[in-house]
Amino acid sequence: MAGVLIYSDKQNISLELLTAAQLLKNGTGAKINALTVNNDEQAAILSGSGADVVYKVTDADVSLADSNIIAEIVKQAAEKAEADIIFLGSNRRGKELAGRLAQKTEAGCLTDVGGLALEGGTIECTRNSLGGATVARQQITTSKKVIALSPHSFEAAGSAAAGNTLELDIMKPDITSKLVEVKNRSADAVDIQNAEVLVIVGQGVEKDDLVHASAIAKALGGEVACSKPVATDKKWFSEDFIIGLSGKQCRPQLAIILGVSGQVQFTVGIRDAHVIAAVNNDENAFIFQLADYAMVADSKDVLAGLAKALS
Amino acid sequence: MNIVVAMKQIPDLQQIRIRERKPVLSGVPLTFGLIDKNALEAGIQLKEAVGGNLIVVSAGNEELEETVKEALAVGADEAYLAADNALAGLDSSQNAQILAALIRKIDTPDIIIFGEGSGDNYSGQVGTRVAEILGLPSVAYVSRIEVKDHTARLVRSLEDADELIEVQLPCIITVLGDINEPRLPSVTQVLKAGKKRREVFALSDLGIELSAKTISTISDLAPVSQRKQIAVKSLDELLNVLQTEGFLRR
Repeated sequence: MAGVLIYSDKQNISLELLTAAQLLKNGTGAKINALTVNNDEQAAILSGSGADVVYKVTDADVSLADSNIIAEIVKQAAEKAEADIIFLGSNRRGKELAGRLAQKTEAGCLTDVGGLALEGGTIECTRNSLGGATVARQQITTSKKVIALSPHSFEAAGSAAAGNTLELDIMKPDITSKLVEVKNRSADAVDIQNAEVLVIVGQGVEKDDLVHASAIAKALGGEVACSKPVATDKKWFSEDFIIGLSGKQCRPQLAIILGVSGQVQFTVGIRDAHVIAAVNNDENAFIFQLADYAMVADSKDVLAGLAKALS
Repeated sequence: MNIVVAMKQIPDLQQIRIRERKPVLSGVPLTFGLIDKNALEAGIQLKEAVGGNLIVVSAGNEELEETVKEALAVGADEAYLAADNALAGLDSSQNAQILAALIRKIDTPDIIIFGEGSGDNYSGQVGTRVAEILGLPSVAYVSRIEVKDHTARLVRSLEDADELIEVQLPCIITVLGDINEPRLPSVTQVLKAGKKRREVFALSDLGIELSAKTISTISDLAPVSQRKQIAVKSLDELLNVLQTEGFLRR
């Protein structure tokens, strides 16, 4: 099988892509190529983590914010590496790149891919479909393939024997957009996708009780997250804390879910959690179908009681 | 200024039932995706700010003329539609091809707005594919739009940062689902919607050779929940569970 090229500007995601590429290599012998843009540190790390060849692009005029230029660079790197398969991260940057790159390379493309398997030498991808109501197993039928993998779907690659690193000269297209300003979110910003424990509140929780949710999360070494309406309608949290199809998909060791009815647009974001405990005052709530531990009770009582017991 | 909003005809997700793990789609009404409605609202707000003509483009089956009525009622001035039963169930690359062909029928489109992802597939690749086909710059995941002197000033919201980007028109943007709160049409608007201009094209009118599908679906089934579903009766039992599962710190 032809080679695979991996690219993400985020180091942790690129290491996850290497693990996915290793699956291909083990199954088909595909050579693993990686690309970095203006990031020597990432190039060194990928080279020491299983990439056979790392292509380095160094050009101060290239901005990661210009998806057209990055797509052109990834395309040229794939041509140089003779890689028909390109793995990207399915974060926002990666998804924006995926469509542009797929069109440039005449590739079929799947994004938000949560799992990969080799079936008779063909890559089979699993991803949510119909708003998360179903999980589709899909194959890309074109010879060139662009696959964007959801963050946290694969373990980060560990260290391995060092591969080659090559400088790549690129032909740049015209610059079409100008990056005026970048505002980073604060460095201590919480990423709920990294939390081992999540205490998730829905519309059945009252604002006064959020303090208990925080206390429980803290006592269990986790974070608080929420269903979409709690952020978009009630504005108790920013969008960074939304679990679900249009929020984040998380796989914590434990999820305690309170006052969430459990529509599929929500459950798709948490159904891969290791252990799920759900609390709802409606015994027929959909969320109980997803629960290892189901408690029919008032969220208010459970939040206050649990916070007190764990303090 | 011509403001174009691309919308996708999808089954109403709230009304899809699962039978023997399979989604039952027959009888489910067709609608536009939720984030597409945010894209339309962004188009309406831009029109209110700078003036212009608001055009909806969409591809779908022959019911599309019906589906688009809501968008015309809410505030679109006209619609360019590829309505053909051969266009049901397109994949992202085919959808991009059709939408690009429709947009080419519009005189001088200035800004083309997509939702960040469709309601059903949420693949998020059609907007940037269309940008590549039409040779236009694109900015995705936009949370703020300002247009002045043929330049768009846009905020792209990433997971860990906001970027302020300037791009010359014409351009393509995709907007986030929380960029705005879509308005609802008044009764008068609904009544007037039927009279608004609709340009309807069959596939053969578009002057393109529709490329083959690039994706094959092996199966599409509701996931099986293998949860224990153990009833917990009291707070003490819940604490016991946390202890047994090893989540309580010693």
